[in-house]
Amino acid sequence: MLYDVAIVGGGVIGCAIARALSRFRLRVVLLEKECEVGFGTSKSNSGIIHAGHHAAGGTLKGELEWAGNRMWDALHEELDFGFARNGELMLAMAGDQLPVLEHYRRQGIERGVTGLEIWDRERIHREEPAISADVVAALHAATAGVVNPYEVCFSLIESARRNGVALLVDSPVRGIARDGDGTFALQTPGGAVPARFVVNAAGLYSDEVARMVGAGGFSIHPRKGEEYLLDKRLKGLVRNVIFPCPTPQSKGILVIPTYDGTLMVGPTATFVDDKNDRTTSAKGAEEVFAAVRRLVPGISERDCIAEFAGLRAVADGEDFIIGPTAVRGFVNCAGIQSPGLTSAPAIAERIVAILKDEGLAMEPNPEYEPRLRKRVRFAALPMEEQARLAEEDSRFGRIGCRCEQVSEREILDAIHAGARTLDGIKFRTRAGMGRCQGGFCTWRSMQMLSAELGIPMTAITKRGGASWIVCDREEGDAA
Amino acid sequence: MITPEVRQLAPRYDVVVSGAGPAGMAAAVGARERGAERILLIDREREAGGILWQCIHHGFGLHHFGEELTGPEYAERCLRQVTDGGIDVLTDTYVYDISPDRTLTLMSGSHGMRQVRAGAVVLAMGARERTRGAIRIPGERPAGVLTAGLAQKFVNMMGLLPGRRVVILGSGDIGLIMARRLTLEGVEVLGVFEIMPYANGLNRNIVQCLHDFDIPLSLSTTVVDIRGRERVEGVTVAPVDQALRPDMSRAHDIACDTVLLSIGLIPENELSRRIDLRLDPVTSGPVVNSTMETSIGGVFACGNVVHIHDLVDFVSQESLLAGRAAGDYVTGRRPPADNIRLLPGDNVAYCVPHTLSTDREHVVYMRVRKPMEKCTIRFGDVFSVKVRYVFPAEMVNITMKPKFLENFHGDSLRVDVVQR
Ligand SMILES: Cc1cc2nc3c(=O)[nH]c(=O)nc-3n(C[C@H](O)[C@H](O)[C@H](O)COP(=O)(O)OP(=O)(O)OC[C@H]3O[C@@H](n4cnc5c(N)ncnc54)[C@H](O)[C@@H]3O)c2cc1C
Repeated sequence: MLYDVAIVGGGVIGCAIARALSRFRLRVVLLEKECEVGFGTSKSNSGIIHAGHHAAGGTLKGELEWAGNRMWDALHEELDFGFARNGELMLAMAGDQLPVLEHYRRQGIERGVTGLEIWDRERIHREEPAISADVVAALHAATAGVVNPYEVCFSLIESARRNGVALLVDSPVRGIARDGDGTFALQTPGGAVPARFVVNAAGLYSDEVARMVGAGGFSIHPRKGEEYLLDKRLKGLVRNVIFPCPTPQSKGILVIPTYDGTLMVGPTATFVDDKNDRTTSAKGAEEVFAAVRRLVPGISERDCIAEFAGLRAVADGEDFIIGPTAVRGFVNCAGIQSPGLTSAPAIAERIVAILKDEGLAMEPNPEYEPRLRKRVRFAALPMEEQARLAEEDSRFGRIGCRCEQVSEREILDAIHAGARTLDGIKFRTRAGMGRCQGGFCTWRSMQMLSAELGIPMTAITKRGGASWIVCDREEGDAA
Repeated sequence: MITPEVRQLAPRYDVVVSGAGPAGMAAAVGARERGAERILLIDREREAGGILWQCIHHGFGLHHFGEELTGPEYAERCLRQVTDGGIDVLTDTYVYDISPDRTLTLMSGSHGMRQVRAGAVVLAMGARERTRGAIRIPGERPAGVLTAGLAQKFVNMMGLLPGRRVVILGSGDIGLIMARRLTLEGVEVLGVFEIMPYANGLNRNIVQCLHDFDIPLSLSTTVVDIRGRERVEGVTVAPVDQALRPDMSRAHDIACDTVLLSIGLIPENELSRRIDLRLDPVTSGPVVNSTMETSIGGVFACGNVVHIHDLVDFVSQESLLAGRAAGDYVTGRRPPADNIRLLPGDNVAYCVPHTLSTDREHVVYMRVRKPMEKCTIRFGDVFSVKVRYVFPAEMVNITMKPKFLENFHGDSLRVDVVQR
């Protein structure tokens, strides 16, 4: 089948583009090298929908951050992935940082960002009693919010697929050929996928994908960020996302109340050579906890339950690279570092416009359904509602993950919605994300995956590839 | 196996026990002994018995049943006492919430969401294992890093192996047991690495599970890096100095596909927090008096939810006491209130119970902070015992007879473990 558009890469950017294109009567395919979407940088980040005043004026980042920010309410309304505008506080810890607050306030106002306010100490401590007594003042930004970034990817792709987009996972694009009439042929292990237009949303590998058709000329440098998740004991310690005053290199190390209410601290920012280097380090942990303790002294390493690292795809010049290339029909969407998540919906619209300019005819898809059925998040429901559901389906009454109170029914729904791995279940339902980190529920999730997908336990993986969990007694049977 | 099914849930019970492991089973039996009539024993698994089913090795029961049993045999004995006592067992049910007036909200696979009122509640939810995040091992995050207890479940309950070349971090008892178990399954166990200068498991397990199988135990050594993008490919281990800082100049790599963690247990106190029980920051369990009653009257706690035990026998004994006290509570018998507080002093991490009464005999359970040889355990200046050695890994239990306290008039008693 000849596709109108092939999207390379199923991070939040590729998924958002796929969904935006599904509004039109087009044949669209998304090719993702991992076994599920969102398993690249898009699941390993801070999950903040930035307020809109961070990125400098005159950059694509600045423009799309604010444009993106304003699109999240509508997106959430349609897809129900969980989004809250909880606000952000940028703290000045000494008098000489006051001009920094003022700079960001002005930068935001010029762009049209609303709800920016300087708070004095008294106001800060009234609203956020856990913040250090050393704070001098803060810039409050009401437009900031948080999401679970992986859930955003899953629901974007689910919506796109319902509206006709094809998804090919385990499909790394290894080369791109072009024949006489300009049709691209994307080479994957499963065969060649022909398409008239290609969007390169390959994240860390977007430089390599661009080079496959000679539309390169830039390179991507991975900048690593380590993040540490804290026990839910500290739930509610702060409500806003807490920032220090940023430096030119990074927004600094933050205290992030995640959408689920638990706290996360990080990220660090260090360039690494290897695009696969997702290691965390003793040094990183030290740096993170030392930094956040200056802002919120009640936080300690003792409450850490898990850690991870993500890689920002930083292009030369630090800005996003979005646009048509010398190769007609091949569009780059590269260097999408922070605030890439925030900007994703706006980036997707920008890509739609670019494809139109490139000559792709777009007719509305008459069957387009923007809404997804509301997903049940059992733990968050009022008790009467929980009781009703448990009455209706006993699988709601069976708690699969006790730390996060995830019912077996939700795990089943996640598998039916496309989860094929333990991480796929975990990031869709939170099962295994709590304080026991899957110690109790892993085997149960495995049993359910095995039964639903009709595969043996030994074929179940953490996140695809060789990440098997268990093996048989006989040598050589490891999946 | 015996799983008596509760067909009809009553709105009110004399005693409700949350958790049907060895602690909960003994507590239910204890409550029955003291005349509690309607007793409900709840567990979220489909079978009562808790972790015992997966502990298929020997070594249980010597103190409590007077003979050596396997985990499942021990569980069956307890379960028989439960059924003989006519106690209602409700499995596949999760205690979702609890209020200080002792109303429990249950979420049950078979009954849906239900509420029951209890004259007394016994919390016996056990413990969970510490995980990688809790000690922040640097490196990659591949599959193949798991707790020893989960590995035990895979091997003993599901007939699957967690890997083929295994490194064990931490010398807790479950890790030691699994070192032997995996070796018997033909898995290569490359070594057990313990960051402390002494082992964290029982001596008998070190001998029977490691020495007898030539599995090396490296003390003052830890894992400083985990490698492998998808599945574990190797670890780096390094010796540590006295401040537990790794000496990277003496680090070396080990190729393996699995890292088992046996780095300690944490009492499962989700429910205790819901009703704001007073918790002991050292044990992470509720503060209890000499009847195992918590800071809220009518709410008792026992077993690993209070403090981590190394032998199930002591769990049963402590829990029997808690259950009897719960039975007394609902039948209107109240023992005299405690009048002495125990204060952990030199080389004492904690004591359970936290308070005593001078009118009765008590068993005091305690743990030391560091190993010591030829020492004396002193309770103020009223009572002392000589012991050959103490280890943090081995719980000390001491029987306090009322006569020791006859002439004691203070209200707190300091407990020290000192060199002779
Ligand atoms: C630590 C950290 C914190 C961050 N915090 C925030 C934040 O709070 N707010 C915010 O707005 N942004 C944040 N970001 C940035 C944000 O995460 C990224 O901008 C965003 O996830 C980029 O999405 P993407 O789709 O471009 O990349 P990715 O998610 O990496 O997606 C690219 C996809 O392409 C696939 N792929 C690559 N090569 C090929 C190939 N040849 N064939 C097929 N598929 C291929 C990959 O497997 C991957 O799934 C943060 C980033 C990091 C690292």
